[in-house]
Amino acid sequence: MDAFLFWILALVAVTASVLVIGQRNPMYSVLLLIASFGALSGLYIQLGSPFVAVIQIIIYAGAIMVLFLFTVMLLNAQPEESPTGRLARMMTGAGPRRFGAVLSVVLALQLFWALRVLSSQNMPPGDTPATTVREIGVRLFREHSFAFEATSVLILVAMVGAILLARKESQ
Amino acid sequence: MLPEPTLNSYLMLSAVLFAIGTAGVFLRRNVITILLSVEVMLNAVNLTFVAVDRFRGLIDGQIIVFFVMTVAAAEAAVGLALVIALFRHKEVLTPDAFTSLKW
Amino acid sequence: MTIDAQVIAQLLVIGFTFFMLLNSAAILVYLERKVAAFVQQRYGPYLVGPKGLLQPLADIIKLIMKEELRPKSANAALFYLAPIISATAAFAAFAVVPFGAPTTFFGLLDEPVRLAPADVNVGLLVLFAITSMGVYGIVLAGWSSNSKYSLLGALRASAQMISYELSYGMSFAAIILMAGSLSLTDIVNHQQGYWFGFIPKWYIFLQPLGFFIFLVAGVAETNRAPFDFPEAEQELVAGYHTEYSSMSFALFFLAEYVNMVTVSAVATDLFLGGWHGPFLPVSLGWIWFLAKVGALLFFYIWMRWTLPRYRYDQLMEFGWKFLLPLAVVNLLVTAYLTIRMNGW
Repeated sequence: MDAFLFWILALVAVTASVLVIGQRNPMYSVLLLIASFGALSGLYIQLGSPFVAVIQIIIYAGAIMVLFLFTVMLLNAQPEESPTGRLARMMTGAGPRRFGAVLSVVLALQLFWALRVLSSQNMPPGDTPATTVREIGVRLFREHSFAFEATSVLILVAMVGAILLARKESQ
Repeated sequence: MLPEPTLNSYLMLSAVLFAIGTAGVFLRRNVITILLSVEVMLNAVNLTFVAVDRFRGLIDGQIIVFFVMTVAAAEAAVGLALVIALFRHKEVLTPDAFTSLKW
Repeated sequence: MTIDAQVIAQLLVIGFTFFMLLNSAAILVYLERKVAAFVQQRYGPYLVGPKGLLQPLADIIKLIMKEELRPKSANAALFYLAPIISATAAFAAFAVVPFGAPTTFFGLLDEPVRLAPADVNVGLLVLFAITSMGVYGIVLAGWSSNSKYSLLGALRASAQMISYELSYGMSFAAIILMAGSLSLTDIVNHQQGYWFGFIPKWYIFLQPLGFFIFLVAGVAETNRAPFDFPEAEQELVAGYHTEYSSMSFALFFLAEYVNMVTVSAVATDLFLGGWHGPFLPVSLGWIWFLAKVGALLFFYIWMRWTLPRYRYDQLMEFGWKFLLPLAVVNLLVTAYLTIRMNGW
């Protein structure tokens, strides 16, 4: 059952991600990425981290993607057209794209090889207890409290910055 | 019968997702899709953290994932604000159009 | 595979909850029209069935028989996906809400089964997550209709929903601080008992401000009056569901009513003591739960037909400049008092 779920979720995540970078219409890309996040959230639950799974949905799928969706809608992003002109086709036509795809497969294989150095023992069995929110909270607010405070300042700065950057220039 | 997922399965999945994200960043010609591919890469890294955490019985990785998500949110907000500001200038979303800083 | 009585009981609870949610939408259609009528000093529906009780059935049959239209330039896949997302998110959010004490169905089962389809111990976070997903139904509806009224309505509705999600979440956080748990069943169980023998230990008495914030944010989340500017008839035709007809429209309607029920049910569990009440044993507590949810739903409908509508900029200003600081102050005061009561 565990294995079945893992392979289904992994398949959904990879397929959705490939479609994200393959789709021409940015609106579809955003929706497919949400599907990919959902699959990843399922994987996190399988890995015994319900907190991370839920905040993945709340933050990534529920907030960041809404931001992307708004931007796509406001800018009325059109589907990409194929490149015209000789120089453009040389740089970004079908041939270079296929070469780029091959290069990414090479990257994936290199990462496989690098990560294979770790042993291939089995994961802890499914009945090890999941991480509770209490444990995460204790660790977060005791050892990592400085990072927490710094992150809140970061978010404030990002909010103010985003509003300033996106504002219309007043004469 | 399907093979049980080991630590390597999760790490390989994350490697594949990372490579997909990288391919997206290099191959797409739409700024918003490039930002989406960066999010794919960040998620791949999150998966690595959580998988290794489970394997070693720690929870520090999940704390790092928490911070990665928060920083990704801040980065997405600022990045999209920049995209909107750039769009106001040039009315297109291809990264090739923004060449003012080129020599 | 042996079929366990527990599994069957759990499946029955899930099916029952789903069935009752569908029914509650129909009952709410009737109630809304009757209460609206009495508020406006007229009779409501009274022709169809005794006292108009079969009116929802007539409405549903009418909606099913209508022609399913779609604008030609609308994106077909997204156009039909949007109401599905809305309805699914609405139903899924109720999955973590318990509506009664764990029961053994009068001794038929060996161990008690929880009266919630999926009572997880991070229940409140899951609820919040699924509520955030409900925004997508509205956004996609507006975008895929390819019509300016829909798009404007959708943008406004979704901006409103994500703004009020913050205050919604902060009022949760105060309750979580006091109860020390994210599971809704635990929070309800913390509200057992009485002070001085007759005042029930509900959190509404400890957190009146939190209750107010939660209800206001909940009404804004479900796009109901006085926060229903994006779908007001006089303003934007019908907002994001202008182009929808027949079953797709029915799905949006259904989603809105089920969201109302979810917000009322969660408010009952968090603030009004859930299924605990005087005179009835805990195993019959679901009767109290129904009564409290019914009272909150009546309040919802009453508010719609009494209060005038907020204008959009007033609505956003209220959410960000008044409700959010209030929620933060509520959280800070709760945190301070919780620490004081438990020793530094």
